[in-house]
Amino acid sequence: MSRLSLHSISKSYGAIHALSHVSVTVEPGEVLGLMGDNGAGKTTLVKIIAGNFPPSTGEIRVDDQPVTFHNPRDAQRHGIEVVYQDLALCDNLSAASNVFLGRETMRSLGPLRYIDYAKMNRVAAELFRQLKSETRPRDLVRRMSGGQRQAVAIARTLLSEPKIVIMDEPTAAISVRQVAEVLDVIRRLRDHGISVILISHRMPDVFGVSDKIAVLRRGELVASKRADQSSPEEVTGLITGAIEAA
Amino acid sequence: MTTLDDVIARSEHRSWISRVSSRQLFWVFIAAVLACLALSILTDSFATERNLFNVARNFAFVGIIAIGMTTVIASGGIDLSVGSTVVLSAMVISVTMEGGMPFLLAFPLALLAALLVGVLNGVLVAYAGMPPFVVTLGTLSAARSLAMVLSDNKMIWNFGPDHDLLIWVGGGSTLGIPHPLYVLAALALVMSLVFRWTRWGQHLLAIGSNENAAILTGIPVRRMKVSIYGVSALTAGLAGVLMAGWLGSVTTNLGQGMELTVIAAAVIGGANLAGGEGSALGAVVGALLIEVIRNSLILLGISTFWQGMFIGTFIVVAVAFDRVRHFRS
Repeated sequence: MSRLSLHSISKSYGAIHALSHVSVTVEPGEVLGLMGDNGAGKTTLVKIIAGNFPPSTGEIRVDDQPVTFHNPRDAQRHGIEVVYQDLALCDNLSAASNVFLGRETMRSLGPLRYIDYAKMNRVAAELFRQLKSETRPRDLVRRMSGGQRQAVAIARTLLSEPKIVIMDEPTAAISVRQVAEVLDVIRRLRDHGISVILISHRMPDVFGVSDKIAVLRRGELVASKRADQSSPEEVTGLITGAIEAA
Repeated sequence: MTTLDDVIARSEHRSWISRVSSRQLFWVFIAAVLACLALSILTDSFATERNLFNVARNFAFVGIIAIGMTTVIASGGIDLSVGSTVVLSAMVISVTMEGGMPFLLAFPLALLAALLVGVLNGVLVAYAGMPPFVVTLGTLSAARSLAMVLSDNKMIWNFGPDHDLLIWVGGGSTLGIPHPLYVLAALALVMSLVFRWTRWGQHLLAIGSNENAAILTGIPVRRMKVSIYGVSALTAGLAGVLMAGWLGSVTTNLGQGMELTVIAAAVIGGANLAGGEGSALGAVVGALLIEVIRNSLILLGISTFWQGMFIGTFIVVAVAFDRVRHFRS
């Protein structure tokens, strides 16, 4: 059984083919490193999996069931969560509010429904503790360090006990120590049976945590193989086109 | 070993006083109080019952619309059409009532006309992706023109069988407090709760802060925007009805240039023109300061021609303060 499988996914904007016939599978508790140069189609693929827009053709399956996503909520309902490159945080809201953004816990007082901040703070604090982060739920995101912001974005994905977490360049803009922390978090997710799709430019990070590596070049999948059967040199060649396919 | 509760409690180690005094709102309120005190000492006419009654009512109209404007500004937009929405709503209620329609029917009709302007703004901004500044500049022109068409550009001063009721609603007072002030207080209370305790309020601030994040987390941003511009137009429509009753007559230049006063009130009250910040209470305090200053210009014998200069300066200074604050943090 595959957790997520993509069958011949294509996406075109008019005459431009952003993706053509990409097929890839991810098993439960597997980390897939998705690599490729700028404009290779990584972000397009992520947005299709996350339900931001539908593929032009092709099929997505979650746990071997065909699914169609009309919006990000649909994808979330099937257990797919995304940590976006810019983290998609609102600076003016608290950490807890950001974790729960769009999914606020509500309480009822007669006919009135209001946001249950106390519960949101409690759950967020628990998630931050799981992630071993010192983020405080009531602090505004504006005043947070890169690592703390990262923790908020990752905590958001854990809220719904996801099956698949997609991370778009999680290590691009943070310090070396924080990179190690994020990679630790990825391993922790994997140990809980959560599949992770890691998109990154940084070769050591990808080889540090990935079980499988997929390479996109100009919208086509040129390789999908086990990390221990590949090497940074081979992947570099695949990305640039020096190696045709593997 | 720290417990979860400790972690939750340990945010922002600051006392109540330092938190209050760091808010722009607090200082604006102090400024308004100082202005009132100075005027009471400098002039004989400020602290009279009649003048305070007038200031209170004028301030209520600006405050009501400023609450709607704050909603739009906090979501990262702007609504220039409020002044024209005021006159459209006032014209709809006065024309229909002159034709014999009862107040209870004409009132919702006026609000509906205002709401339509807001929904048009919202749809063009959210679904057609047009900049709010341009869209609402267009409806600013269109709504006033529609009011002229409706009334044939005549002054209306006869509101039909329910004439006295409309005059009482907009111009009357209960327990010595003018009715528009009750409306303002109720609106401020409701909107404060809505901003803080509802999903709508949270999502509004989220859109203003990072619209892309709001879209990615599945917040229905487009529908939200339509409702936000709808709220702004409704507050303008409400003010239009009250102003019709207060003035006892409606002309097509009602509410002309009011959008600037209202935007100034919202910005002075802490609404961030870049989005993501704003409060109903701030809008009220901002409106109070503007109205007291305007009144003081009149009482001190300064030509009314200077009013525009003051309001313009206020907007620029408030935005400048905001820049400095963000630059420091």
